[in-house]
Amino acid sequence: MARQRTPEGPPPPPAVQKLRIRYAKRGRLRFSSTRDFSRALERALRRAGVPMAYSAGFHPHPLISYANAAPTGTASEAEYFEIRVAERVDPEALRAALDEALPQDLAVVEVVEAGPGSLADRLEASEWRLVVRGADPAEVERAVTAYLAVDRAETTRTFKRGPKTFDTREPVLRMQVTGVDDDGCAILRMVVRHTTPSVRPDDILTALHAVTGFGPPVPPLVTRMAQGLLTADADGVADPLATDREAVGPGG
Amino acid sequence: MPGRSVFPALEPLLEQVGKPVQYVGGELNSTVKPWDVAGDGTVRWSLMYPDAYEVGVPNQGVMILYEVLNERPDALAERTYAVWPDLEALMREHGVPQFTVDAHRPVGDFDLLGVSFSTELGYTNLLTALDLAGIPLHAADRDESHPVVVAGGHAAFNPEPVADFVDAAVVGDGEEAVLAVTDIVRDWKGEGRPGGRDELLLRLARTGGVYVPRFYDVTYLPDGRIRRVAPNRPGVPWRVSKHTVMDLDAWPYPKQPLVPLAESVHERMSVEIFRGCTRGCRFCQAGMITRPVRERSITGIGEMVEQGLSATGFEEVGLLSLSSADHSEIAQVTKGLADRYEGTNTGLSLPSTRVDAFNIDLANELTRNGRRSGLTFAPEGGSERIRKVINKMVSEDDLIRTVSAAYGAGWRQVKLYFMCGLPTETDEDVLQIAELAKRVIETGREVSGRRDIRCTVSIGGFVPKPHTPFQWAAQLGADATDARLERLREAIRSDRRYGSSIGFRYHDGKPGIVEGLLSRGDRRVGRVIEAVWRGGGRFDGWSEHFSYDAWMAACAAELPAFGLDVDWYTTRERDEAEVLPWDHIDSGLDKEWLWQDWLDALDETEVEDCRWTPCFDCGVCPQMGTEIEIGPTGKTLLPLTVLGSGRERMAEHTS
Repeated sequence: MARQRTPEGPPPPPAVQKLRIRYAKRGRLRFSSTRDFSRALERALRRAGVPMAYSAGFHPHPLISYANAAPTGTASEAEYFEIRVAERVDPEALRAALDEALPQDLAVVEVVEAGPGSLADRLEASEWRLVVRGADPAEVERAVTAYLAVDRAETTRTFKRGPKTFDTREPVLRMQVTGVDDDGCAILRMVVRHTTPSVRPDDILTALHAVTGFGPPVPPLVTRMAQGLLTADADGVADPLATDREAVGPGG
Repeated sequence: MPGRSVFPALEPLLEQVGKPVQYVGGELNSTVKPWDVAGDGTVRWSLMYPDAYEVGVPNQGVMILYEVLNERPDALAERTYAVWPDLEALMREHGVPQFTVDAHRPVGDFDLLGVSFSTELGYTNLLTALDLAGIPLHAADRDESHPVVVAGGHAAFNPEPVADFVDAAVVGDGEEAVLAVTDIVRDWKGEGRPGGRDELLLRLARTGGVYVPRFYDVTYLPDGRIRRVAPNRPGVPWRVSKHTVMDLDAWPYPKQPLVPLAESVHERMSVEIFRGCTRGCRFCQAGMITRPVRERSITGIGEMVEQGLSATGFEEVGLLSLSSADHSEIAQVTKGLADRYEGTNTGLSLPSTRVDAFNIDLANELTRNGRRSGLTFAPEGGSERIRKVINKMVSEDDLIRTVSAAYGAGWRQVKLYFMCGLPTETDEDVLQIAELAKRVIETGREVSGRRDIRCTVSIGGFVPKPHTPFQWAAQLGADATDARLERLREAIRSDRRYGSSIGFRYHDGKPGIVEGLLSRGDRRVGRVIEAVWRGGGRFDGWSEHFSYDAWMAACAAELPAFGLDVDWYTTRERDEAEVLPWDHIDSGLDKEWLWQDWLDALDETEVEDCRWTPCFDCGVCPQMGTEIEIGPTGKTLLPLTVLGSGRERMAEHTS
């Protein structure tokens, strides 16, 4: 009787270092999804020769954990993931190598060695920047005021298990028109608390349309500018990697 | 201004469509050259794979031509794919033309549009692309401002059904051919486009290696058969030859395989280890039209794997060919690569293997430390008799020995591929598949000592193809195919001892009839394609888009004008004297030899492989001035530090 096969050879070398990585998703690659990014990342890690730590078993996979990815179609300056490596690396050298190995519009902004505590717990809220194209800034301004005046603004989105209706207003902590860009489009800044289900900028715009009747003719360009713990006045978010930097100290 | 990006107009539309990443380009190793990279003389190609991006982007043919052309300083090539109906509707609404994914340039601005047809089911997608590009559907309506539309790929070996829509077709290997065409276009442009489009096409046709349908007149007999296909211009040859690249080591492409962000149908890198096949399976068009066998050397393979992996970061490499285990040094190749990549979490796979125990050794080598989930074999025919008809020289005992070795080595699932509707086939031949599957399971349970091993039977309808001994055969009708498959399903299900151990997957007979019509069709079938497309036909290779009824309605509307119907093209057996629509396309195979092989098939006479037995005069080598190029070279793959060379650069320096 044939035995059940088990992997031969030594177990994979253990992880010796955990790194937290901030990256940006820009330009046309805002149309990439979370899964698209993870495929690109795994290939880039191999191309760059990063000494990844792997899980055991017949199908070892590199130890990567993702946190709270921005939706497809949304650009971001502040996406995060963590990797574990089997040999200690210099975070800045890793950053440069990985940045080079990824497509141009995926930029590795910062790499730090992980300190104590969970990264996910520090991603409490996001700051978003929206360029509202094809609308009069004054009109955007009026819509924002009307939206902020209500207590609830519901929207419905279809999830894998079917449509779900939820409030968008409560998680919106700040919303204001901060100016216009070179083309005269209103720039809208929002601070939104992370909830379940997550309230995305397009949910807020759908609800805003329902409340105020305002809807831009073209979808706005949305960029996540930052994620982190809310600041004391809830007017922004703090850098989630700051504590890691402090824990490890300058120069890694 | 020609060559300007349409991305600003496209971008807002991408917010509203499924999987927008497929339209944005920017893949690793993709190339964007300046529009005027070589001034006015620049020759610009857009290359289309006429299916969805996820199917088209891993296509080796397009990838090779893209790279070969972009390496030329005086040429540029960009890629374009079929857009899904959601984006097509938006593009029409907003006036956005068919674009390339590389620089989002309008396809209509290029000098040439090369289309690679792996299958006939991409024809309607070509029409969508032409229409969106603003290129007249009919070649006859185009002028100097329009790209020259060139078809290639296996389906181009019978270009007649798309003769109205393409300006030219090139058959065989594309690497050298595409460069020759580029030279001709460059010279013609450099000379100030003398004689216009007509002159350019004539120059191409006179090479003898480019088929230009407009320079051939087809006449018909009163019963609808072809009387004659004759050139109508001086200097245009009666027959057009296929192209054959002899030294694969001189063409190590793709060197920089594309790495898409979007998920594709092949999430791996491929290295072609040889081209051509002389096994002589009579149903197999690929095996017939790609002769002779030309191997890449073991060292050439090793270099391509190494370069490709470092250029892409893929974690799996497929060693591609029509019958991978037939490489003369395949054992050394698999062992050498498995040694080299030991411990790097790099997977190696060997698609298209034949049924024998040697293959199990190879598969075991490639999965030394990996999961042994499933192995696939293609006996193709259910009975010994039918396997003789199709020249698939596998006995039932061979198969049982093979699966026994597989289950014994820890493989848990065996997939078996078959065809239904082969010439001379009866219900009995197909019902044998059920018996075979049961023996496979019994053997598997015995050697593995386990009850949870599985066997999946996968079966589809046989479609007779041009340039094969079965090109004269009657195709089995859709209803008859479905009835036979139903009987097989009952036979498999009825025996409860096997329960869910035997899986059954089948493709119904309807798409096969449309494929059959398009495979062996002539110029008159173009009317049917156009009618289907005008009625909304798109993505015929996708069951959710394919409409058999639309095709049959178009046949009923268009073919009676010629006194014909769909059966005439599909279920009718041809005789030796009939002029076939593709006879003037020279694949190198002698028609007399094909006919003899067809008679041998009916006699159940097998033909050996000419790599190991004397030449049986299929005609290719003398006709094309080629010969079999195989090893062994006697070389080996030396141990090599692969991957991870970036480690030193990023290692932490402790001071």
